[in-house]
Amino acid sequence: MELKLKIWRQKNQKDSGHFESYKVEAEEHMSFLEMLDVLNQQLIEQKKEPVAFDHDCREGICGSCSLVINGRPHGPQAGTTTCQLHMRAYKSGDTITIEPFRASSFPVIKDLVVDRSSFDNIIQSGGYISVNTGQAPDGNAIPIEKDLSSEAFDSATCIGCGACVAACPNGSAMLFTSAKINHLQKMPQGKVEHKNRVKNMIKQMDKEGFGQCSNVGACEVECPKEISTKNIANLNRFYLGTVFGGE
Amino acid sequence: MKLEARIPEGNLSDKWKKYRGSMNLVAPNNKRRLDVIVVGTGLAGASAAATLGELGYNVKAFTFHDSPRRAHSIAAQGGINAAKNYQNDGDSVYRLFYDTIKGGDYRSREANVHRLAECSTEIIDQAVAQGVPFAREYGGLLANRSFGGVQVSRTFYARGQTGQQLLIGAYQSLSRQIATGQVEMYNRHEMLDLVMIDGKARGIITRNLLTGEIDRHAAHCVVLATGGYGNVFYLSTNAMGSNVSAAWRAVKKGALMANPCFTQIHPTCIPVSGEYQSKLTLMSESLRNDGRVWVPKTEEDAIAIREGRKTALDIAEEDRDYYLERRYPAFGNLVPRDVASRAAKVATDENKGVVKTGLGVFLDFAAAIERYGKAEALTKGIQNPSKEKVTELGEQVVSQKYGNLFQMYEKITGENPYKMPMKIYPAVHYTMGGLWVDYNLQTNVPGLFAVGEANFSDHGANRLGASALMQGLADGYFVLPYTIGQFLSEEIRSPKISTDSAEFEAAEKATKDRLKSLFDIKGNQSVESFHRRLGKIMWEYCGMSRNAEGLKKGRQMIRDLKQEFYSDVFIPGEENEFNPELEKATRVIDFIELGELMMLDALERNESCGGHFREEYRTEEGEAMRNDQDYTFVSAWEWDDDNPVLHKEELNFENVELKTRSYK
Amino acid sequence: MGWFIDFLTSSIGKKLVMSLTGLFLISFLAIHLLGNIQLLFNDGGESFNVYAHFMTSNPLIKFVSIGLYAGILLHAIQGIFIAIQNKKAKGRKYEVSTLKNGNWASKNMALLGILIFAFLCIHMGDFWWKMKFTDSVEMITYDGYDYAVKDLYSKVYYSFSQMWIVIVYLIGLLALAMHLYHGFQSAFTTLGLVHKKYTPIIKAMGIAYSILIPIGFAIIPLYVVVKNLSNY
Repeated sequence: MELKLKIWRQKNQKDSGHFESYKVEAEEHMSFLEMLDVLNQQLIEQKKEPVAFDHDCREGICGSCSLVINGRPHGPQAGTTTCQLHMRAYKSGDTITIEPFRASSFPVIKDLVVDRSSFDNIIQSGGYISVNTGQAPDGNAIPIEKDLSSEAFDSATCIGCGACVAACPNGSAMLFTSAKINHLQKMPQGKVEHKNRVKNMIKQMDKEGFGQCSNVGACEVECPKEISTKNIANLNRFYLGTVFGGE
Repeated sequence: MKLEARIPEGNLSDKWKKYRGSMNLVAPNNKRRLDVIVVGTGLAGASAAATLGELGYNVKAFTFHDSPRRAHSIAAQGGINAAKNYQNDGDSVYRLFYDTIKGGDYRSREANVHRLAECSTEIIDQAVAQGVPFAREYGGLLANRSFGGVQVSRTFYARGQTGQQLLIGAYQSLSRQIATGQVEMYNRHEMLDLVMIDGKARGIITRNLLTGEIDRHAAHCVVLATGGYGNVFYLSTNAMGSNVSAAWRAVKKGALMANPCFTQIHPTCIPVSGEYQSKLTLMSESLRNDGRVWVPKTEEDAIAIREGRKTALDIAEEDRDYYLERRYPAFGNLVPRDVASRAAKVATDENKGVVKTGLGVFLDFAAAIERYGKAEALTKGIQNPSKEKVTELGEQVVSQKYGNLFQMYEKITGENPYKMPMKIYPAVHYTMGGLWVDYNLQTNVPGLFAVGEANFSDHGANRLGASALMQGLADGYFVLPYTIGQFLSEEIRSPKISTDSAEFEAAEKATKDRLKSLFDIKGNQSVESFHRRLGKIMWEYCGMSRNAEGLKKGRQMIRDLKQEFYSDVFIPGEENEFNPELEKATRVIDFIELGELMMLDALERNESCGGHFREEYRTEEGEAMRNDQDYTFVSAWEWDDDNPVLHKEELNFENVELKTRSYK
Repeated sequence: MGWFIDFLTSSIGKKLVMSLTGLFLISFLAIHLLGNIQLLFNDGGESFNVYAHFMTSNPLIKFVSIGLYAGILLHAIQGIFIAIQNKKAKGRKYEVSTLKNGNWASKNMALLGILIFAFLCIHMGDFWWKMKFTDSVEMITYDGYDYAVKDLYSKVYYSFSQMWIVIVYLIGLLALAMHLYHGFQSAFTTLGLVHKKYTPIIKAMGIAYSILIPIGFAIIPLYVVVKNLSNY
């Protein structure tokens, strides 16, 4: 199939950036990133600079790949990362516009690569359980309700890709932050530090310059791991409880 | 060079306990003065860096990723073994030890493997305490499943994302140490050289991948946790960025590479679909618990399927060859990975492959769906359920167990695996070989340690399923933090290592010159094209089966490829900017040299064992034939551009009798 | 007190202000509509005008109405403030915009809010201002009452006899409907009220409310228009 690509090119963080158009010949069984590989091979053969994009595992779990494809983070399919998107979703003659994830807290590094280290900062502010190696009791010491553990897993499945921020018209990181807080809050081991975790992570999230959640719900739609906005509502409640709760 | 494995004296089961209790300690006030560099922050690196930080060492951790959470440990699906015996099915530390030694085809160290089995139980406890949401039973206790190559259920899992959950656990622990300042984290920094001072590893040279800046980092010792080198085959289940460069730079500075030819070819991956393919995707081995592997009995049927005239559903039960069940009745579809992979190759070599390229076999869940469906109908009290109802209920059960894997399969292939058997084929997955290390996980270079997949130590010639996560975490959480003290306790009088020394200067200059020379080639071929060609040579001559003639030829081809690389590679862009092509170039040239060493190692090892199958050495039935008389040793290679030197570490088996592995 | 300021300036605190003021205004709408239904009574405006007099003269109601004005202002100012911050946090917009990941209303609450505010200015200017600060609304006395009340009823009928005002109302109410459509359930989410069983009910109530209340309000001008037409 022959495709027209309109791709955001930006030399570095200071460059203002622009769109460039390309043509590429793809096959339906290719992954979307393999299609970009083909384009890059073409560019290199013409001694031009290839398009930079983040990617690594190419099986939908590392969270490296990003891209906003025709206005949608990770492309048109639900529950799919860009690397899992295959060209059979497109037909010959299609024009595909590819942009980087946009949010002030995710500055563009080059072309389609953005800096998502603000997520690391949020985790560092409290997204963990303070247990040193070797301090743990037996794994079966505390039984955990199967469904609860499963719900915790649903939140823990976040891959930290940032599609939620990219999709959010406010550039809010509430889905990411709330997923981590919900994951840890549901485990008995995580309850101990819950209040401080909530306070500190929200504080850090605000400090990173993310926008405020206005319950649009675009994050949930675009999340490749289909993490629910229920996490956000819960976090709101946790936060109110933490602030107004008694000693 | 005499290789000192430094295995402690005593009974196998007491060695680690005794050793741990008698090792030299570093006092807390001294820990504060000691610096440790950890390169790589996957399972092994993150767990090591976090634990070292908790102990009070000053840690600098490096990853080429934008965050430690991206490491490829995250992609491990199936699970992690631990000798908890929660299922009361006769498991024990000894049994896990024995299974691992046997699974590794008797090419690993008894003492290391036993220690691994001992630590396995602590890992589960640690992970649970970190909040890892493992699968649980209705009673709230941890669930287990069985995994390829063993007959007990000792595998702990978190749906099909066990690696992700464990890595996130380690990443969170690491994040906590970063927040306290105990670990200084360098994201998007790639190690380009090892710096040695007075024969000890004292630092690294890195490139800041965002700015291209070359930096010096000094410490009292260096830990490499940089993963495996499966990407030498270009197509593998590794991530695109997984590379050997950090380890290879150490090899170039005198560290030994052990058993490089021991590569694990995983039997259940999604087959290659075309020339453009950039990587292969694994379907967890756990699928073999319920999936049955088969090909058509006749070539005609296979060809009809390949040409699209028939589908799997058109082949009658009696015309199917469930070849694993036929050849290995005792283990059936659960034989270890190397055995399953080779059997798939035998089937496709007989022209019975079921995908266009001829390289694919079926993995069929129809029987499992029916079995589960019937059982579920019974529990739900449905009398005489219809066939549709059974299928519906069965699909629900299968979906609960493997839902995300089935989804992943459908996304990639566009086929519904509930209705149509999956098509799978073996692919390079893991490398058992790696930097040679002693019992302390220290390489032959004093002060240089290697943990996780980057070392060679525990899996011998073949790794059992769900053992990689176990080894990475055992090394990082429970072994290295102790054993590193053996070295560091001698360093408490060493002042802070300065980066101003002549050695750092020289290493930095060498790195800069190396990068410049790569840019200056200004040839016509892309880095990627060299990598692809390297991969083809490796797969052809050093893949699932190898022979002397091919290995010699392959080695020569790689040497030619190296020359061509140095005369015709083209790297676009600039040196001092974000430049993925430059990163790839430095990695691919290291892969090329490693590839040559792998060919050499495979050629030297005149036996078949584990993942290393030499066509010349097989039984009449076509099974691998080990040569314990002459090859019960670890091959540790000292690099030389022309003639790498082989050093041997004899393996002594005092507790296990060497037997021919049989899964029949 | 520091903790409270920290809270109010946190992202969730700011939202909570929006949520609480929003819910307050939502409840006001219902009461407002209930009162206004009296405009449809065929009693020459007696019940409505008496009611309007009560609402403007009772000290308690006066006090509550100050709260209402404050609520509107707080909701509007905070809303605009948040919208500006969010716009900044988002940075550059996408070249291709899509509605596949959320409804239009939820992404344009600020715009809808501004429309509603503009409508409110017209609405208040036309009735509240004119009634309170001008003499343009006539006095009227009903049997059984010992005081005269302002004939707001006739004023309403007069205003709605002008087509442009009716159109302005319909636009304003449409904006209100869309604002409520997102705002109602969003307010509950911000309060952290989620439940497997009750959240769907809240959502359904939100949708019903966002449709029924504006329709209720719209009936009045439309009723006047229809009545005038039938008089010809």
